[in-house]
Amino acid sequence: MDFYDFLNMKIRLIKIFICIVILVIIGTFFLGLNKDSIYDTKGLEGSYIGNIKLDHFNKNEIISKKNFAQKGFTLINFWASWCGPCKIEHPFLIKLNNEPSLQIIGVNFKDKKENALKFLNDNGNPYDLLAKDKFGKYSINFGIYGIPESILIDENFMILKKFIGPITEKDYIFIKKIIKDS
Amino acid sequence: MRVKTLILSFVIIMNISNVFANDINKNEIFKNIRCLICQGQSVADSNSDFAQTIKLVVNDLIDDGKSENEIYNFLIEKYGEWIVYKPPFNSFTSILWIFPYLAFIIGGVLIFLLINKRENR
Amino acid sequence: MLSNIGNSILFFNLLLSLSIIYFAFQELKRNYNFINKKIYYISLIQSTLIIICFFTLIAGFLISDFSINAVYQNSHSLKPTFYKISGTWGNHEGSLLLWVIILTIFSFLFLVTNKNHSKKYRVYTLITQNILIIGFIFFILFNSNPFDVIIPTPNEGLGLNPILQDPALAIHPPLLYLGFVGSSIYFSAAIASLLTNYSGHNFARSIKNWVLISWSFQTIGILAGSIWAYYELGWGGFWFWDPVENASLLPWFAMTALIHSLIVLEKRKQLYFWVIILCLLTFTLSVVGTFLVRSGILNSVHTFANDPSRGIYILIFLSLMIFGSLSILFKRFKSNTYNFNYNSKETFILVNNWFMIFYLFTVFLGTIYPIVTEVFYSQKISVGPPFYNTVIIPIVILFLFFMSIGPKVRWIKDNIDNLKTTLMILLGSVLINLFIFLFFKSYSLLSNLILISSIFLIISTARDAINLLKNKEYNISRIIAHFSFGLLILFIGLNYNFSSEKDFNLKVGEVKKFENFSIKFKDLNLKEFKNYKAVIGTFEIDDFKDNTKLFLSPQIRIYDNPSTLTYEASIRSGLLKDFYITMSNIDRSDYYNIKFQKKPFMVWIWISVILISLSGFLRFFKYENKIN
Repeated sequence: MDFYDFLNMKIRLIKIFICIVILVIIGTFFLGLNKDSIYDTKGLEGSYIGNIKLDHFNKNEIISKKNFAQKGFTLINFWASWCGPCKIEHPFLIKLNNEPSLQIIGVNFKDKKENALKFLNDNGNPYDLLAKDKFGKYSINFGIYGIPESILIDENFMILKKFIGPITEKDYIFIKKIIKDS
Repeated sequence: MRVKTLILSFVIIMNISNVFANDINKNEIFKNIRCLICQGQSVADSNSDFAQTIKLVVNDLIDDGKSENEIYNFLIEKYGEWIVYKPPFNSFTSILWIFPYLAFIIGGVLIFLLINKRENR
Repeated sequence: MLSNIGNSILFFNLLLSLSIIYFAFQELKRNYNFINKKIYYISLIQSTLIIICFFTLIAGFLISDFSINAVYQNSHSLKPTFYKISGTWGNHEGSLLLWVIILTIFSFLFLVTNKNHSKKYRVYTLITQNILIIGFIFFILFNSNPFDVIIPTPNEGLGLNPILQDPALAIHPPLLYLGFVGSSIYFSAAIASLLTNYSGHNFARSIKNWVLISWSFQTIGILAGSIWAYYELGWGGFWFWDPVENASLLPWFAMTALIHSLIVLEKRKQLYFWVIILCLLTFTLSVVGTFLVRSGILNSVHTFANDPSRGIYILIFLSLMIFGSLSILFKRFKSNTYNFNYNSKETFILVNNWFMIFYLFTVFLGTIYPIVTEVFYSQKISVGPPFYNTVIIPIVILFLFFMSIGPKVRWIKDNIDNLKTTLMILLGSVLINLFIFLFFKSYSLLSNLILISSIFLIISTARDAINLLKNKEYNISRIIAHFSFGLLILFIGLNYNFSSEKDFNLKVGEVKKFENFSIKFKDLNLKEFKNYKAVIGTFEIDDFKDNTKLFLSPQIRIYDNPSTLTYEASIRSGLLKDFYITMSNIDRSDYYNIKFQKKPFMVWIWISVILISLSGFLRFFKYENKIN
């Protein structure tokens, strides 16, 4: 039996195979149409944050994992005085500050100290602990790519939720629910 | 003839010695990292805030003596696989990396069979 | 008013296409071997009307008739006239209209230029072509109608994205579409050929020119896009392996394979079904490309306003097209035996096809793979330049070697008698490469091989050219194509390895020194233009190595309609190198981010591609002369 006999025998199979491949491709296209083509990092929820390193806002010391609440939840909020949407989410942070089992850590991002202080004076200070990231380098370690952005973690440093953009009413209710359910 | 062989071996040796003269290329790394807030731009091409920060961090990592792959893996851990333009080889990118070569080999075999069959007759 | 004219013409053309199909089927029943004049006339009227329709839209753009949706979405009364006109096809709806125009005109041209071919074959081609026309007119009328009316009429348009206001991009879509849509003719002809059992030789002769023309336009169209990306996107690269770029490259690979295998079909009457498959594949890939670009399924540099309903429509059309043509192909397919010799020209042409299909497959897979992982694994990944470079470049080296040897081989069988010369040329190429890196700069193994293989191709082809001229053969289009392809790869290789790039922040008045350059940020001016304001920086660049001094002035443009910032590169092009500088503002700082690049041989990359494209036109005109 040579190559051509083989080919003739298998021709039906090859035809069916081609049809299936094309159907799969078209099916993929069809399903792909309904997917959002804009990327965010929400896929990383459920993973753990490794080494944590941040500068303290006032003191000349480094904030690491041991400064984080050993029990309950922590919300790490990245903000700056020059960021418009940060003002919008600020009232929700103030309200969340009343939650006893939620620690809020604010990270002042690429900001000037006096501007940041003025912002907190004008809008209130919801943070249990205030850190700064002058060059934005530490934020990379948290997977931040634009502010405002907030990360809700549990005591094991697992990411429960990423809030990309300002925290909204819905996010606020979500956080309250998580705390209540635990 | 002897002269030719001499020239040839010289050329080959020079070519080989040339290959090892390469070190880590920052720009190459920046080109392989996607700027998340841009439309299809790499960090090297973009001048957004995010791109600037990533450049700073990558520079630090290089100074720490991290290899190219360690840098990519660090960023993938933080931002997901979307951030690198060269998808790492794993279970769901295996088709992407293997199939082109497979297609190449199958194509070659097909042509070989076509020709070989004629030779046998 | 204008929109009524446009809509009625489109609708009327739909009816004309239906009538052509009807009359064409009537024709099939008649025995005489010519096509009724009536069909010619309808086709001519159809072409004329669609051109009028297009001018109606252009008129809408020119007089800024914002009651027309496409004009409102993409134009502005203050826009320069040139960009008002190019805005006509710079958007989805208008470009679809352009697509239909080319479909219609080509359909008419095929009808009148193939009078010496069998009637049945021509009639079936016409029918298939008109089915395609109907499909696209339907798409326009019911989904993407440029003539949609907005009530009440807006006072002002939204304006065209400033990065699209560019001469290279104004000609890019028409050129590319001549390639994309040109392939519809041989799609239709392939269907007709299958249905009528037309002889492979005649089929090859009738589509050869169409393949050449569409390939040449496709090549030059890709180039226009590439040049645009080089200076307008402001990154100094010329190919980004972006999904939209890949979409234009996919049909190009198929066309290139087709050009080669068509020679075998014409001269040796072999590979009939393979040629048919390539014909069907080329146009299918053009439509797939349109789908990928227009549906917004992929994340790309090129932000087209996207709408999933378009995607659904094109996808349905695509499925019908693929399965329709596939069922005809499968019904008619007979596996025939081939006679190939391992060292014959046919074999080397097959080798070309083997590589082309490999490139095609790799680029296709890379382009759609992010969709695959998203759909099946809910995981978003990016497939970008490093993937394509890793997979494709090593294979290109092999390809260049085959390309050097292939054309020397004679039809049917050849003996390797010129092995010695080949080896000498190879040695020469290695020496030249050695010279380059010893005296200039060292580079990687892969780059070494790329340079060696491209130099090898260039010298081999040049030697072929001398032999051909000695034998008074003047069929040099192939030589030009292969020679300039060698040049292209060589210059891309040199450009890649000898570019210098520097990225730094400067304030007005500061100087940056590095390597053998000194760059001074002299001053910064604000200027008002007709439709934008520009912040213009002046930079003094000293290259101590070449003792050159030059001034470059990149801009940051602030457009109002729509309000956008664009960064305009300032480029000094030269025969040996380009100097390239862009500047961008840094938020909350008076520093500017400066990107400086020295890019050698850019002009030669463009010239090589122009030569490749010219070779196609040259062959076309030569072929034309032969017939007359």
